[in-house]
Amino acid sequence: MNVLQASGLGKRYGGTWALRECSLTIPAGHVVALVGPNGAGKSTLLNLAVGLAAPSAGRVTVLGGWPAGSPAALDGIAFVAQDAPLYKNLSAADMLHLTRNLNRRFDQASAEARLVELGIPLKQKAGRLSGGQQTQLALTLALARRPRLLVLDEPMAMLDPLARHDFMATVMTAVADDGVSVLLSSHVIAELERVADYLILMSRGRVQVAGEIEGLLASHRILTGPAAEADKCSQRPVVHVRRALAQAHLLVRATAEDPVPPGWEAHPLGLEELALAYLREPGAAALPGPAHSRNAEPSEVTK
Amino acid sequence: MTAPRALTAPASPQEDASVRPLPWRRMAWVTWRQHRFALTGVAALLGALVLCLWIVGLQVHHAYAAATACHPASSIACEQLIGSFNGTGHFLATGYVLQAVPALIGAFVGAPVLARELETGTFRYAWTQGFGGWRWTLAKLVTLAVLVAASAGALSVLLSWYYHPYFQPYFAGNSMSLTTESSPLVGGLFDLRGVAFAAWTLAAFAIGGLAGMLIRRVVPAILATLAAYTGLAFAAGLYLRQHYLTALVTSKLNVPGSAWIVSQRWLTKGGQRISQSALSHVLQQGGPELAGKGGVPKSLSSWQYLVQHGYTQWTTYQPAGRFWTFQWIEGGWLLALSALLIALTVWLVRRRGGLKPIRPT
Repeated sequence: MNVLQASGLGKRYGGTWALRECSLTIPAGHVVALVGPNGAGKSTLLNLAVGLAAPSAGRVTVLGGWPAGSPAALDGIAFVAQDAPLYKNLSAADMLHLTRNLNRRFDQASAEARLVELGIPLKQKAGRLSGGQQTQLALTLALARRPRLLVLDEPMAMLDPLARHDFMATVMTAVADDGVSVLLSSHVIAELERVADYLILMSRGRVQVAGEIEGLLASHRILTGPAAEADKCSQRPVVHVRRALAQAHLLVRATAEDPVPPGWEAHPLGLEELALAYLREPGAAALPGPAHSRNAEPSEVTK
Repeated sequence: MTAPRALTAPASPQEDASVRPLPWRRMAWVTWRQHRFALTGVAALLGALVLCLWIVGLQVHHAYAAATACHPASSIACEQLIGSFNGTGHFLATGYVLQAVPALIGAFVGAPVLARELETGTFRYAWTQGFGGWRWTLAKLVTLAVLVAASAGALSVLLSWYYHPYFQPYFAGNSMSLTTESSPLVGGLFDLRGVAFAAWTLAAFAIGGLAGMLIRRVVPAILATLAAYTGLAFAAGLYLRQHYLTALVTSKLNVPGSAWIVSQRWLTKGGQRISQSALSHVLQQGGPELAGKGGVPKSLSSWQYLVQHGYTQWTTYQPAGRFWTFQWIEGGWLLALSALLIALTVWLVRRRGGLKPIRPT
């Protein structure tokens, strides 16, 4: 099952495209990191996925083919928006009650236990909790819905390092216990490296890289060698060239088995290095083949 | 994390249960919990009005009973009683103060329903829950609309009782009456009684709901609601209401005192319209019997003089007997308008096209 499938997806606000020609398939069972600079279209993609916005072009389905925003999609997806919006004048207990009323499933016992564990008093008004506690409360509400896909938009923006660690620990526990798929956006790559196993890199409203992180790292190498030969050394596609005096560092799409040109050295690279290289080269892309599943319609662009 | 885990497995998408929408009654607690301050505020405002109207109303009815029981009507004592009736609750007599009630309810209950969610960003929580965004909007708007309209309807029962003496024939046709607007159809009092008061409150609420969705900020949405409501109320009172049914036209003086005089004009023998200044000129040239000059007693009124000289006065009016017909017409189109505005608001939420994600800095 694909938790998210987009074909020719685009979203326009006024005259500017916040997202365009996005074709993407995210299989279930991953923790997906959606990475890109501010304004890259991450929030737009997430809003389309959870049904808060309607596409200007193309289509997006979730949880194995349900249109985004349909009752079945809403039922299976829990969304924690940027800055974890909560009703400031409602207590934590009221927020639980509210969420229970608005959803088919709600695990009241585990939500309450989780809040006790976090030291969040049930009677405290949401507006008087710290930023970290508000984010944790929003996450608790989302997980108590027993979603199959958890969507988090910049969840860690309001958190200090310790709270980030606690937050991700909660998410990873849910992944381990319930097998929930996670799609989270961030513009900080370092904090995702430990948790994510799938990467979507976006810039300027387009998807640039999409794939399992292990596979992406295995299919990229850094070649280091004399700068003079930088332009013609590799038979493999070059993503990014960084020159330092006499030496050049080339990020190429190559596996460990690919031959290394004489005079050059090949190194494996980390996630952050890979992401930064692609973000510096908005023209480069590393996408899997056409993103259609067996039963998908042709990706015609509507409107 | 050691929290106990329920053994419920997430439903698969093929199961019908996950497609079937959640029952509407789930929204009852949600609506009450989120709007209890607004609803309590409405209850407090209406409660205070009820108390005030009840106290003053008893005095009005008391003064009215005393004035009607008095004989003979032309005596000084009776004139004093009529004067006392007219002086009681004078600031409410024209009804203009109470015109603000529907506007205030609509603006302060209706406008924040969506504007607050959009302003604070909580719509991103509310509309991504299993209940669904447009169903959430529909449930809230309809529930609150029914509640505010029902409260306003209850108040208008009291208002009908309060204003009852003002429309009695005794005062309606009586020259002693100081209440100049004795017709039940005239603006100011027409829309406080019958079904119109509840309908106007409903319309104000629906305007507020749509303004909140379009403007997305609480205070500007409230102001826009007040402005739009005022414009609509004035347009209805000044231009629309007189055309609900074809007005009656007469050249006689038999127009009942309770009728709503829409317009009056004088025509010459040839059927030409004659202006007010031309009429004054005719009257100034009139004979001594008109002016009471030169020792001749004044025997003709201006109206009789003009009629004798071939002029005809045409009066266009709506008889008071059309009160309930007018009430249902006004209530009907306001209900239709409100339903349309609420449907438009829900459609905008459902379409979601214009909802630009808010990026907090």
